[in-house]
Amino acid sequence: MEKKSLMKRITGSREALLAAILILMIVVVTIINPAFFTPKSFSNLIKNNAVTMVMALGMLCVMLVGGIDISITSTLAFSGMWIGMLIKYEYISGTILPFLLAILIGTCCGFIVGLVISRADVPPIIATMGFMYIYRAMAYLISNGGEWASAAALGTFKDFATSRFLGLNCVVWVVIICYVIFFFFMRWTRLGRKIYAVGSNPEAAEVSGINVRNIKLMVYTIMGCLAGLAGALQVAVYASAMPNMQKGGEMDVIAACVIGGVSMSGGRGTVVGALLGALILATIAKALPLIPFFDQLWLNTIKGVIILVVVVMNVILQRTADANALKRREM
Amino acid sequence: MNKKLVSAILCGAMVLGTVSPVFAEEDGVKIALVAKSAGNAFFEIAAASFVETAEAEGSTVDIIYPEEATADAQIKSLDNLISQDYDVICISANDENALQAKLEEAMDAGIKVVSFDSAVNSDSRQVFVNQAGVTEVAQALMDAVYDIAGGEGQWAILSATSQATNQNAWIDAMKEIMESDEKYADLELVEVAYGDDESQKSTDQTEALVTNYPDLKVICAPTTVGIAAAAKYLQDNDCTCKLTGLGLPSEMLEYTGEGDDYSCPYFYLWDMQGLGTLAAYTSIAIANEEITGAEGETFTAGDLGDYTIVAASDGGTEIVLGLPLEFNPDNIEEMAELY
Repeated sequence: MEKKSLMKRITGSREALLAAILILMIVVVTIINPAFFTPKSFSNLIKNNAVTMVMALGMLCVMLVGGIDISITSTLAFSGMWIGMLIKYEYISGTILPFLLAILIGTCCGFIVGLVISRADVPPIIATMGFMYIYRAMAYLISNGGEWASAAALGTFKDFATSRFLGLNCVVWVVIICYVIFFFFMRWTRLGRKIYAVGSNPEAAEVSGINVRNIKLMVYTIMGCLAGLAGALQVAVYASAMPNMQKGGEMDVIAACVIGGVSMSGGRGTVVGALLGALILATIAKALPLIPFFDQLWLNTIKGVIILVVVVMNVILQRTADANALKRREM
Repeated sequence: MNKKLVSAILCGAMVLGTVSPVFAEEDGVKIALVAKSAGNAFFEIAAASFVETAEAEGSTVDIIYPEEATADAQIKSLDNLISQDYDVICISANDENALQAKLEEAMDAGIKVVSFDSAVNSDSRQVFVNQAGVTEVAQALMDAVYDIAGGEGQWAILSATSQATNQNAWIDAMKEIMESDEKYADLELVEVAYGDDESQKSTDQTEALVTNYPDLKVICAPTTVGIAAAAKYLQDNDCTCKLTGLGLPSEMLEYTGEGDDYSCPYFYLWDMQGLGTLAAYTSIAIANEEITGAEGETFTAGDLGDYTIVAASDGGTEIVLGLPLEFNPDNIEEMAELY
């Protein structure tokens, strides 16, 4: 009896398990290298992974309806490159305007992706693969074939990533605000619940009056919007806009969601899970170089192993939870 | 009568038709310039002057961009090129050895192979056009580290990927110089970190270096993305650790200066325009069989003057452009316009 209730408690809250893993990792790294456990170090950790963390929220929505989007880092490069070039050639300046523009461009990119997937019924991986090439190539086109917009050309825009508000770095604030908004959005708004409904059972959702196609269009638009925001963040944080930025980074975003317990087949996953997944991934990337005398070439191998371990653990826990639920129903 | 005349004209036209391609070939060399991938700012500068020089000499240049910066993607591009009638392939390689089979196939098909910027191994090319000899770059960087560190202390290298041909050659040469000369005995190379030419990873690696070695005096980053990311991190966090390496002036403008407000006192880069021009002259000379790529041959590279083919450290031959350029607070603003 005792054992069962403990099992239930763990399986009931996978987030608790992920949080435990994260804390364990932080403790281990701190023991090896105390420099890891400082406020500045954590602020830098979030700042350096802000892009992945923000996009993980969009990927959560996309994966909840059973989709996937591998065009996001191309959207990021495209929107980031746009504002980079516009600032470089002095068409725009300041902070707010470039941010809004990047978000707008990203939203449009995402909307087009959503149209193709929801209206033409193209499988998401194929459609977004196409857009991955298209948007990346367009990023190169607007960069005059590989030009950078570098620190000196970015004027005051890049100061955003170094300035603070109420003691916290502005980039960290952006991440926090995004997560708070999405936490409420997914949990307590009708639209948020509809995303879950479509993901768990599209037919049932359709019958109950939800326009499944519009929900699909919406999630890809949200994804694009966040990828646009991430584009502006990337340019600000690294004080440079390059057409090849974050190439391959979409896998980190997907990995963050998968580690966070978001199901690839849809319907399952939470904002907290995505947050923990992204943080675990960020901690791995930051912690491994901090371990002295550690051969850096092993970094990606270890990253892969940790992803697999966490995911396998997730699957096993999910199976136990399903079995428990089934047992309850039988009784 | 009429028919005979028509057929005579037709025959003449056919003969001309078969001959004229030969004419077309003779009035210019057809060059394929193969990039590492699209969007490499370095390469674009060299490519621009390459095209300008070659076209002024009456040659035609097609720039070929592989889909991504891998040897596999370059092999695919080369596959396409071999079946076309190029005289010369001039390539900046993503991998030293992986392209050998394809390039040998090209040479068997009568196409001359010149590599520049980043070399292929000696069996895969006629000659390599080197921006600055490995030792010249390594010596310049080593002296910069020595100077900035004040002759003693810890320093580290932030490289691109662990298999980048040119990075590894410079790093090995720097290690050699350090061991062979007593002058550098008080310098300690603590780590070679790899940022994979990604801003995010390079930032993580820079932070780890500074954290792991609080007494670190200099980071040497012989890669553009790496040096920019490291410069930004060091400057934003007011680190005492300084930076040097190889970078683009326009990207380093914000970080280069004297005193504690700037993370980079000075850094280097080879003359990419000169490299493009020299590679173009070399390609044309080798296509016209003025040179074959053997050691000791000389030729004139337009305004750049005379060059001699010398033995390269990998057993092949190379043409060395010259010393790397130094960028410091005095010239960086002017050079930032160019690069």
